[in-house]
Amino acid sequence: MGNPMKIRAVSKDGVTEVKVLMNHPMETGLRKDASGALIPALFITEVAAKLNDKVVLQAQWGQSVAKNPYLGFKVKGGKPGDKVSISWVDTSGDTRSDQATVS
Amino acid sequence: MTLEYQPSRRGFLRQSGLLGLAVSAVTFLPRMAYASWNKAAFSAKTLADTYKAMGVGSPTASADIQINAADIAENGAVVPVEAISKIPNTTQISFLVEKNPAMLTAQFDIGPDTLPQISTRVKMGQTSNVIALVKADGKYYTASKEIKVTLGGCGG
Repeated sequence: MGNPMKIRAVSKDGVTEVKVLMNHPMETGLRKDASGALIPALFITEVAAKLNDKVVLQAQWGQSVAKNPYLGFKVKGGKPGDKVSISWVDTSGDTRSDQATVS
Repeated sequence: MTLEYQPSRRGFLRQSGLLGLAVSAVTFLPRMAYASWNKAAFSAKTLADTYKAMGVGSPTASADIQINAADIAENGAVVPVEAISKIPNTTQISFLVEKNPAMLTAQFDIGPDTLPQISTRVKMGQTSNVIALVKADGKYYTASKEIKVTLGGCGG
């Protein structure tokens, strides 16, 4: 079920700024552990962001997005009380969705 | 009495919480499923192969794309980058790290109300050009910026 994300969404002058901090190892599949064995790849491949019920951003990611990924974007519209939801799916098929209220 | 009551209340909360999660998974995830992950583009080793897999012809260099990042990254494992496109009708912004084993890092498809301005953090194995690839009106544009890495991000 993945680990929870931190989402902040602030509306200012008609634009909602969203900042997301995900909690994910983003293993490339190229790293080796202490014994020299290859650590299998495990990274987020798809991300979707919604403002209320509308998809505003969709992303595809590769293994070189940094560990515990950060994502920042801005959407026109949105007011305090609106909902921002972010969801991801990773290479293992694990998924996570979290929601935040625009302030 | 209260002690006996609490476990069932907790159980109820847990069950309703699980139900809520299940409902949101059902309503939200199918929407994601149709943006299928472009495996060929994310495993391509050269710029030409990456562009080919993404369906990009030969992009035009553009001064209307701004890349905000430090000139020197002390830690290649976490390099903050931001791309801002001033090209009208920008629908997609991608980040590529030229000297990473697979160059394409992230591709963002932005909705009509979303500003063409994306911040994220990438991993860099060594000093390299970071390319912002922008799609606007079906055409592709690029800008690049060299970021020096003093400590690689892909080592063990």
